Amino acid sequence: MKEYLDFEKPIRELEERITRLQKAGSKKQSVQDQIEKQTIRLNDLEIEIYGNLTPWQRSQIARHPQRPSISNYLELITQNFLELHGDRLFGDDRAIIGGFTQINEQPVMVIGQEKGKTLKERMQRNFGMPNPEGYRKALRLMKMAEKFKRPIITFIDTPGAYPGLEAEQRGQAEAIARNLLTMARLRVPIIAIITGEGGSGGALALGVADRVLILEHSIYSVISPEGCAAILWDDATKAAQAASALKLTAPELIKIGVVDEVISEPLGGAHRDVEATALHLQQTIQTQLRQISALPVETLLRERDEKFRRMGAIRQAHNSSHEKAST
Amino acid sequence: MGWFKRQKSAEDIEKSSKNLEGMWLKCNLCRAIIYAKEVERNQKVCPKCDYHFPFSVEERIAHLTDEQSFQEWDADIVPEDALEFVDTMSYSDRLLAAQKKTGKNEAIVSGQCTIDGHVLGIGIFNFRFMGGSMGSVVGEKICRAIDRSLDAKMPFLLITTSGGARMQEGALSLMQMAKTASALARFAEARLPFIVLLTDPTFGGVTASVAMLGDVILAEPKALIGFAGPRVIEQTIKQRLPDGFQRAEFLLEHGMIDRIVSRKNLKFEIHSLLQYVSP
Repeated sequence: MKEYLDFEKPIRELEERITRLQKAGSKKQSVQDQIEKQTIRLNDLEIEIYGNLTPWQRSQIARHPQRPSISNYLELITQNFLELHGDRLFGDDRAIIGGFTQINEQPVMVIGQEKGKTLKERMQRNFGMPNPEGYRKALRLMKMAEKFKRPIITFIDTPGAYPGLEAEQRGQAEAIARNLLTMARLRVPIIAIITGEGGSGGALALGVADRVLILEHSIYSVISPEGCAAILWDDATKAAQAASALKLTAPELIKIGVVDEVISEPLGGAHRDVEATALHLQQTIQTQLRQISALPVETLLRERDEKFRRMGAIRQAHNSSHEKAST
Repeated sequence: MGWFKRQKSAEDIEKSSKNLEGMWLKCNLCRAIIYAKEVERNQKVCPKCDYHFPFSVEERIAHLTDEQSFQEWDADIVPEDALEFVDTMSYSDRLLAAQKKTGKNEAIVSGQCTIDGHVLGIGIFNFRFMGGSMGSVVGEKICRAIDRSLDAKMPFLLITTSGGARMQEGALSLMQMAKTASALARFAEARLPFIVLLTDPTFGGVTASVAMLGDVILAEPKALIGFAGPRVIEQTIKQRLPDGFQRAEFLLEHGMIDRIVSRKNLKFEIHSLLQYVSP
């Protein structure tokens, strides 16, 4: 079953009308003409709607219940995935999947958040909100990748790190901080791909990479639009306004220098053609991995540090030299 | 420190707590009504419950560093409103208001100082500047302070109080977490000591980056420290949080920090620690 978002209502209606006409099975020329006419209209409507998405609409696509996730990509573009479990300290957090796999015949370590597709799976995976043991599993696997000299590819899709009582007790903040520090110096190439929702520190904990890529309708933000609206507007229903203010969409993130490349999606979003999205993703990974794998380790580490060091918008007060984020 | 006067700190206290006829104030923690002058004399510590009232940056410098030893770094770096962020007020106006209120360009002061003769780099967050939130300038000043400490082969001490990353700078502020952690990783490779003192309150992106990465992590008594704010956690788990949750004592019990240090012992403790870890 196809699921539609609120703003997709006109598309849904038109699609239903076309389906009804087709079902009627009339061979009459007038009906055939009508189907053709409506199909052209549908195409125009889709271009009109999907070509002018607001940041809030993009956020909804990023969180679409049918949006492809790491599990889909593992199945479609990698071979022989060998999942590895547990942080060796507390447990196995199912909000994060990780393990060895092959992509374009290259052995790699893959790690990413998984929100789950069915309600049951979503609950098992805590809706993709990791606890500290999830980040510590990721850390263990990243260190293993370094030990065996395998590149790391992370798939980021999370509303954020889980804000729970036990998460605090077990050091959610420390777990995230440790990943940032460790990833900064891992002696293997790292690619991070934001495939859906890049929710704050819980996303960044898998995001300190040599290349940060983002799918066209994904978002990456310091806080969720709802959270931002609740704090700054004192009104969670102002989420759409907050989404605009936060500049969290892929084209805006490229402009402020937070991501390196936008991977385009099929019209309407990745879920409308998962195979095409996966193929495109695979090609981009291949190109990027080839580039960074060619670099000597010391160059890789220096460039990784410098890349994040450049991020920010500051100015020296005593002169007018602007040190703005690269555009 | 000619510009540091006791009068000014009394003002700060009055603003941070309920001002009851000027002479009296209410403790942020135990709610006891206490005589303001007594708190002042007691290094801004509640005589009833040992709650440590926030120190201003000037008070912190005067309390912890050797007289006349502090030399500020990078005071001239100012923020840019790269996102042209507007909520109920524009970010540019918020910055101007914070600059006017604090007399500072940003939410952190960094520099070089000595503590009982040990030379070190120091960064002190200022909660009064937009809740001590970490945006591009705070991140950059921390990185530059780490680099300068690295060049001079001296320890770096960071004293935190922050609501977390600065929302008005969007993903750029999130990236300051990665940027500072990356600088700290280089600092660690040089085997130089990084010491953190957590003060009330320290939350969000600051806790989940620099604040939890100290070789040694100290905290002031009763300081609230966490990743998610207590309200967010209560709304998520739909339960009331236990007493003392996210206080320094709770973190110590759960193995997240090394020591809780009272103000009266702070200088001595840092001095002792530096003797063990200084290069």
